[in-house]
Amino acid sequence: MNKRDFLKGAILFFPAGGLLALARDGARAAAPGPAREAEKAAAPEAPKPSGKRYNPADHYYGMGIEVEKCIGCSRCVEACKAENDVPAEPYFFRTWIERYTVRADGEVAVQSPNQRTRHVETTDDRDVIRTFFVPKLCNHCAQPPCVQVCPVGATFSTEDGVVLVDGERCIGCRYCIQACPYGARYLDPRTRTAGKCTFCYHRVVRGLKPACVEVCPTEARVFGDLRSKASRLVRFRRMNKLNVLKPALNTEPKVYYAQLDGEVR
Amino acid sequence: MTTEMAASLAEHLEQITGFIYPNEVEIHWSILIVVYPYVTGLVAGAFILASLVKVFNVRAVQPTYRLALLTALAFLLIAPLPLNLHLGRPERAFEIFLTPNPTSAMAMFGFVYAWYLMGVLLLEIWFEYRHDLILLGRSTRGPLRWLYRALALFSNDVSPAALAFDKKAIRVITIIGIPSAFLLHGYVGFIFGSVKANPWWSSVLMPIVFLMSAIVSGIALVLLLYMVLTALRRRPIDMPCIDTISSYLFYAVIVDFSLEGLDFIHRLYESEESVGILGKLITLKLSMSLLVLQILLGMLIPLGMLVVAKSRHFNDDMRKLLYFTSAILIQIGIFATRWNVVIGGQLFSKSFRGLMTYKMELTGIEGLGVALVLLVAPFVILGVLIRLLPLERAETSSPSTERVPAPVVTG
Repeated sequence: MNKRDFLKGAILFFPAGGLLALARDGARAAAPGPAREAEKAAAPEAPKPSGKRYNPADHYYGMGIEVEKCIGCSRCVEACKAENDVPAEPYFFRTWIERYTVRADGEVAVQSPNQRTRHVETTDDRDVIRTFFVPKLCNHCAQPPCVQVCPVGATFSTEDGVVLVDGERCIGCRYCIQACPYGARYLDPRTRTAGKCTFCYHRVVRGLKPACVEVCPTEARVFGDLRSKASRLVRFRRMNKLNVLKPALNTEPKVYYAQLDGEVR
Repeated sequence: MTTEMAASLAEHLEQITGFIYPNEVEIHWSILIVVYPYVTGLVAGAFILASLVKVFNVRAVQPTYRLALLTALAFLLIAPLPLNLHLGRPERAFEIFLTPNPTSAMAMFGFVYAWYLMGVLLLEIWFEYRHDLILLGRSTRGPLRWLYRALALFSNDVSPAALAFDKKAIRVITIIGIPSAFLLHGYVGFIFGSVKANPWWSSVLMPIVFLMSAIVSGIALVLLLYMVLTALRRRPIDMPCIDTISSYLFYAVIVDFSLEGLDFIHRLYESEESVGILGKLITLKLSMSLLVLQILLGMLIPLGMLVVAKSRHFNDDMRKLLYFTSAILIQIGIFATRWNVVIGGQLFSKSFRGLMTYKMELTGIEGLGVALVLLVAPFVILGVLIRLLPLERAETSSPSTERVPAPVVTG
């Protein structure tokens, strides 16, 4: 092959690659891949109780947490495990409770009652100046590092603001687990794929509340739609001074905490 | 969940100090992910050494040129295995080519790897060996003859013009190859350095530190292999060659050490939110692997040995001994570096309030056994490669080049 032939070939070859990629994208848009199918499966064709079809573009979900209302009963954790078939062992959680004990000398003790089988009581000579519980879950970040790093696009943000994992596509590389600053992800030992909170997407698209919100006896969790003016979450955001976890990382969490103590990370 | 896994996690849970997020009990990136950057680093480093000859015209290291190329190939062939074996769903690994996520550094792996293997390394080796392969194809009989002819892609042109073209091609490929080797390993560093959630990893210096340590480990490995193979073949060791290589090794270790020192001082001086937990990580979890293995044994002692070897007028045998020992120590040090990055980065909670423990499995797919097999396998491959592809250039005048097959080195 002389230089001229080679260049001719190259001129044809590279644009042809681009065309193929375009064709592939077109085909994907026409026949959605598994990721979109998962989204679709969760977004039912069946009408909601209200009679209207679900349109993800009309919603943008978030959660509010009123720290002072949480009594640490862990019903949310149990409800989540039952509703979402989360492995029962205490190493896999989509939501959990943290208990903070702040002492007069500044020392802070943190425990997760869901992890330790028995509570280590914090009776101590030193004065305890404040204690509180903090419910944790996936923050469904608007700028999610987990979605950014997933090599195959198995984890994705939905139009209605929820971060989901397509279990059919996840290769189990666990980069998302490393990238999540909140420890909200785990590798499901049964499927060997990543697992995380879905905001109970299967319930939410039917107009129901997430399981953890449903069972909370003190209404410490407020679920809602930021696009709906009537949403409780919108009112919650108006009535409280709010904070999010690790704001410096610029992940833009959509789980908003009221009365959040500076000790909580 | 298997009872084995439950028992292992229960054991990990017992070892926790302070508070960790409950999902953090399991250490996700195991010894295999330590092996991966170590092996890739050797590839990049060996290639950089080879390129010294072709691009920077360092004639003295010519005796190691082919060895360095074949070493890079042997390790590159193994490099994806630890990643694949580690995946939860290895059967889906190909998804990384089919539906790569453009924002994911990891998604680039397949492309960077494929480019480096096929666009650089195999191509350079082919041009380097084309002449030899043709001559070997002519001088051997039986199936080997066909193997050589096939490896030469049935080219048969040994005219001076063709050979001149080979030479030119090698130079061009090497020039492209250097940034590619930088890309290959710098990108591995980026995978860690870009995780903002993890302050032990998140550093803009990470890709550069990875690259420099790669160059250090690759040069040291080729030096070791050259000395062992030459001794095994009962040939004299080319002293100017290993003197030059050890000089490059020395400079590379200095740069690597300075960069790591800079990273350390910078973190300490900035003293961000994470400094407390990272301090505990170093003193409580990494004192052996970081302070003793990586810094003392893997860096300071070999540096001292190289300084002594250069500054005193030792005889050849003494210098060989010093070079050899420091190259071995450097290998241990660089492996410890990878360990400290990969495992160290997973031993503290992202709540910055507690430390975890990594208990390495011995058997099992992510265990020590598999890791050792993956570390030995490249040497076996290299042994086969050296048997097929001679380390010395064929002379045009004597087509029936005498070849001394090198024994397979495993270890």
